[in-house]
Amino acid sequence: MKLYNAKGSIRRRLVLQLAAIAALLSVAFFLTVRVVAEQAATDTQDNILAASATSIADAIYSDGGEVRLELPYSAISMLSTISEDRVFYRVLVNGATVTGYDDLPLPATRTAQRGPRFETFSYRGDQLRSVLVSRTLSAGDRAASVQVVVGQTRLGLAAISSKITSTAVAIGVAFFLVATALSFLAAQNAMSPLDRLAASVARRGPNDLRPVTAATPTELVPLVGGLNSFMGRLRSALTRSEDLITEAAHRVRTPLATVRTQAEVIHRQMERPANKKALREMIRAVDESSRSAGQLLDHAMVTFRSDQLETETLDAADLLRDVVDRLSPTAELKDIGIKLDVPRDTINVQGDPILLQNAVRNVLDNAIKYSPADTDIEVQLTGGKSCRMAFRDQGRGFGEVDLEKLTKRFSRGSNVGDVVGSGLGLTIADDVATAHGGSLEITSNTEGPGACVTLVLPLA
Amino acid sequence: MRFLLVEDNLKLAKALCDRFAQEGHVADHAETLADAEASIRTVAYDMILLDIMLPDGDGREFLRAHRSASNPTPVIVLTARSEVSDRVGLLDLGADDYITKPFDFSELQARVRAVMRRLGGAANNAKTYGDVVFDSTTGEIIVAGIPEQLRNREMRLLEVFFASPGQIFSKSHLMDRLFSFSDDVSENAIEVYVGRLRRKLEPSQASIETVRGLGYRMVLAS
Repeated sequence: MKLYNAKGSIRRRLVLQLAAIAALLSVAFFLTVRVVAEQAATDTQDNILAASATSIADAIYSDGGEVRLELPYSAISMLSTISEDRVFYRVLVNGATVTGYDDLPLPATRTAQRGPRFETFSYRGDQLRSVLVSRTLSAGDRAASVQVVVGQTRLGLAAISSKITSTAVAIGVAFFLVATALSFLAAQNAMSPLDRLAASVARRGPNDLRPVTAATPTELVPLVGGLNSFMGRLRSALTRSEDLITEAAHRVRTPLATVRTQAEVIHRQMERPANKKALREMIRAVDESSRSAGQLLDHAMVTFRSDQLETETLDAADLLRDVVDRLSPTAELKDIGIKLDVPRDTINVQGDPILLQNAVRNVLDNAIKYSPADTDIEVQLTGGKSCRMAFRDQGRGFGEVDLEKLTKRFSRGSNVGDVVGSGLGLTIADDVATAHGGSLEITSNTEGPGACVTLVLPLA
Repeated sequence: MRFLLVEDNLKLAKALCDRFAQEGHVADHAETLADAEASIRTVAYDMILLDIMLPDGDGREFLRAHRSASNPTPVIVLTARSEVSDRVGLLDLGADDYITKPFDFSELQARVRAVMRRLGGAANNAKTYGDVVFDSTTGEIIVAGIPEQLRNREMRLLEVFFASPGQIFSKSHLMDRLFSFSDDVSENAIEVYVGRLRRKLEPSQASIETVRGLGYRMVLAS
């Protein structure tokens, strides 16, 4: 039976949320690394390009009105230090190409801009990064405008960039995995007080209604507080119902005892048979009501205790011996002998001693009540697969009645109109047996006297 | 026998004391535990009948104190509590037996007898009539020197005759003594038990004779 609605898991939610955060952080990390790394690579290339162009520009000089250039080898070789990319250059004096690739485009000139200017474009099928350095040179009495363009393909940079990207991806994934694993551990750790609390509640015996005193994290204090106050209420309700049963028994029994004893006293003094008969009927009515009240209260107590069995290991033979000793004086009044037959080996059952004793007493009491005088009741204990306590009497049996129905409340045999009884005795025994995982078997001998009631209990 | 009845319900106590008197016993009544303790100090009782719920304390405490003072007087507890809840505990505390209210007086007597028999307090209960020795506690008779065990009803019947030898008891009176209120028996049932007793007394001087129209009496053969 499912008594609660289990929906969602705090642990899973926590792990999922932490993992989602880790994923977002991983992506952000990846993007940042990529942007920064590419910027750094580009800056490096730009610096070298600028240095190269500057050194070319510096190599331009004027010689008697002639602009001359001696291309420094280092200007080109420094570019090959960062990669094997192809290098293009172009030197212009007053807008005319002096040397280099004359189709190398000039970066768009913007006025009032000093220093080198960079641009990326497509050239001869490749992405080219180029730099323009402008100089004004005095050649004799004229000023000559010198422009140096140096460009380099970006294949090496692309390689670096993809290397950085794959590294960033690896680091990002690793970060995500580690963060997820850590978040799992963190969730586990955060949940551990809850688990401990749940375990300390689950570990309790069915009758342990003491308040929970396990160390409780602040967040769980309201829950534990609620639980404790609930258990407090339950405990007092249980105590109250037990007290009520005891009190009810006391209230009912004492006046009945008074009435019964007074009636007995008067009965003894009376002479007239009619009066005696009337009083006799009265006493029987008192017996009937006290017996019914007793068994109803017993039944209430059995039902109450069955919900919270206090089991211990019991020697079945001892249990039977106790009850037989207890009921022997009653049986003797009718000259009924109780023959107890127990095996030599100990047969243990696991059960609530008070309930089992009550069940056995009810069955035996029943047998005594319905047995004729001068007969024997055989009580036999046998082991084997289960513990079987058989009570065989030589009474009237149960007559033509559905034996299944006998264990129902207030159901009695079909032939007992003249015997005081409430019909709860076997119900109580059956309830106790069922609560212990056993059963009550009733066999009636339709011909010949006697019935056999067997209390079957699982072995301990 | 002398009983001490510790019971706070006065009406019940009165009825019980009357009932004891009818059976030829003496019963003193103590309403509280303090009264009971005072009575025990002054009188030697054969048996204490103890109620559990008393105005000045729990009968179980009394029982514990009684037992730890190693007082040998047997105690039968009269309980009105649930049959299930505290029966077991009472015996553990040293009660010799218990009986749940309301009870049939003959059942109380049976329990008293069983306790006396168990404790071996039987020796001084034997009565002699002619050459018959009868112990009403053990239910043993010795006829012509041969001991024999009587069954319960035979014993109770003989007890009636032994209490007043020579007196005539009506069938109806004997039936009241022998059968409980829940037994449905005809007056003739008494003849069965008288018949059995006669057979057992056969070798002795004592016999139970029928007094026509009146009943039975035990007499000695002249």
